Amino acid sequence: MRAVKTLLAGVALAAGLAGAAQAQDKTKVGFIFVGPVGDGGWTYEHNQGRLAVEEEFGDSVETIYQESVPEGADAERAITQMALAGADLIFTTSFGYMDATVAVAEKFPDIKFEHATGYKTAPNVSVYSARFYEGRAVQGHIAGKMTKSNVIGYIASFPIPEVIRGINSAYIHAKKVNPDVQFKIIWAYTWFDPAKEADAAKALIEQGADVILQHTDSTAPQAAAQEAGNIITFGQASDMSDYAPMPRVSSIIDNWAPYYIARTKAVMDGTWESVSTWDGIGSGMVGIGEITDAVPADVKAEAEALRDALGSGEYHAFTGPLNKQDGSAWLAEGETADDGTLAGMNFYVEGIEGEIPSN
Amino acid sequence: MIHLEKRPQPSKFWAGLTPVLAVIATMIAGGFMFWMLGKAPLEAIRTIFWDPLFHETFGPYSRPQLLVKAAPLILIAVGLSLGFRAGIWNIGAEGQYIMGAICGAGVGLAFYPSESILIFPAMVLAGALGGWAWAMIPGLLKVRFGTNEILVSLMLVYVAENLLASVSQGLLKNPEGMGFPGSRNFRDFPAAYNTELISGTGMHWGVAAAFVAVIFAYVLLTRHMLGFQVRLTGEAPRAARFAGVNPTRLILFCLGTSGALAGLAGLFEVSGPSGQVTIDFNSGYGFTAIIVAFLGRLHPIGILLAGLLMALTYIGGELAQLMLGLPGAAIQMFQGMLMFFLLAMDVLSHYRIRFNKTATA
Repeated sequence: MRAVKTLLAGVALAAGLAGAAQAQDKTKVGFIFVGPVGDGGWTYEHNQGRLAVEEEFGDSVETIYQESVPEGADAERAITQMALAGADLIFTTSFGYMDATVAVAEKFPDIKFEHATGYKTAPNVSVYSARFYEGRAVQGHIAGKMTKSNVIGYIASFPIPEVIRGINSAYIHAKKVNPDVQFKIIWAYTWFDPAKEADAAKALIEQGADVILQHTDSTAPQAAAQEAGNIITFGQASDMSDYAPMPRVSSIIDNWAPYYIARTKAVMDGTWESVSTWDGIGSGMVGIGEITDAVPADVKAEAEALRDALGSGEYHAFTGPLNKQDGSAWLAEGETADDGTLAGMNFYVEGIEGEIPSN
Repeated sequence: MIHLEKRPQPSKFWAGLTPVLAVIATMIAGGFMFWMLGKAPLEAIRTIFWDPLFHETFGPYSRPQLLVKAAPLILIAVGLSLGFRAGIWNIGAEGQYIMGAICGAGVGLAFYPSESILIFPAMVLAGALGGWAWAMIPGLLKVRFGTNEILVSLMLVYVAENLLASVSQGLLKNPEGMGFPGSRNFRDFPAAYNTELISGTGMHWGVAAAFVAVIFAYVLLTRHMLGFQVRLTGEAPRAARFAGVNPTRLILFCLGTSGALAGLAGLFEVSGPSGQVTIDFNSGYGFTAIIVAFLGRLHPIGILLAGLLMALTYIGGELAQLMLGLPGAAIQMFQGMLMFFLLAMDVLSHYRIRFNKTATA
């Protein structure tokens, strides 16, 4: 098929349609980013995935992107323009692009769309996300072991299932190793706002937290922790190794490159199909950044064992017995959570104080 | 030596010419920036200013989108300009925009899935009222307790943002949304959907409202007593007092009108282009509209043009990112330059430049 296409391209070239033919020959992959590519976190890693696609396929692909696209009315226009620009495959890399992606996909049935972290699919729309909560389990374990004040600060972004899952998973595993642990959660209502994130980190430190977990994408909380001293943090979305060995003792790294390469390949081969992908540590989509020497060797070994057990599937991050915050039973002894409940998770597990905003 | 001499009256000639000069200066300075980034400057500027209108692939899609993007900016800026002319500073249009969207969308969603033709008019009314009521808070506090409307209206933006976050996850959350925040999409609710009036033109009710607002503001300012009072209060506050202008009434009128228009903009946006109430539904239109109001010299026609120009730089900027790989930050710099040059060029309308041989410093 590709050979035929190339042959046709050659004919077209001879016919003097060089520009058009070349444009057709290259697979064009577009990316819509919610933050700037230099955010050091979420968007940075998606952009790394884009660069990996370029590296993998060289001259046979062309990638285009638009950064800092707001999740409101502007998203649909940005995606449409990308479709008009001749993209064959478009990745929209934030939850808020869901409806816009589906709407544009309806108008361009020949273009393939991939929406990150959403749940609406169509014949030409796939969804993909990562089981970040597996990484949160490892963080929770280290945090529970490392905290001296028994207060762990959590900078949450928006009260959506993905973020709530992360809080629950971190809490469960911190509590397991340290029954006195307490979580203080600040909702920043942003994915990326260094000033707000730094304020949140400082407020948590003032409230006695000596471990800060973040579900926002900038390195500002790392900087705030470094300044305060004796606080530990974890890199979010990206390794944030500039802050290692202290305050950053480990990280959750989003590794989109293998998925982006595989999906681009599928478009090139004509084998692309609409799928729902939710991969974790096992496939490498979620990476655990190096645990630094600031963590005692035994804790490090336990954390790595936990990581490997999650990766091999021998242990699930949500394994019963677990109760919901209100004390009602959720999972029985040995029972694991099903993906449906996890996907729509809108409750805290027992022991977490405070309420999920407006729930 | 060059020195500046204050003009007794701002020059009409220069006031009209400076926006054009500012755009040209922005093109030159911006072109230099693009060149330093390793992009062809002329191509970048052509992409930003020309391609959204005339590019063979993008033009047919972008032209209507200009109206869609400009409409809320114009609608809000026209309202703000009335207050700004009278020295009443509503900085919180963003909050009023959000409240209009919440109230309007709330009314619509309350009747889901009714097919009554009265739903959309009721939503429009609720949107305007929501914005108006939110602007009345700084208004009433100002006339009753003498508070500063700049601070109060600005702070209320953050209150509105939190309300928005709350309703998207609570009151207005889509019951079929699997626990994710955000309301139902109005696309799936035809009676409440702010659809295109003429297919393919981008013309929705919000665009129509923006044009109507421009005309009304123009008539108000040139033909109506209230408009005269607005202008007089801004240009000669003492004279206005002697002329018997009632400051309380004027404050409430200006804040109320700008709030209602911002609320309308929010409603048209949420029920049309945006489609749903989400946590981060607002994307800064209320603040950008302040720039549009000044770029348009607080004049209705000027605002119309300024809104379209602003929309052009947004959409052109997006195309430049797509086709030339320009970083998003460079586009924001470019827009910032436009504002900078505009304000800097104001010197020309307020001052005369004199060239002296003898240094007096």
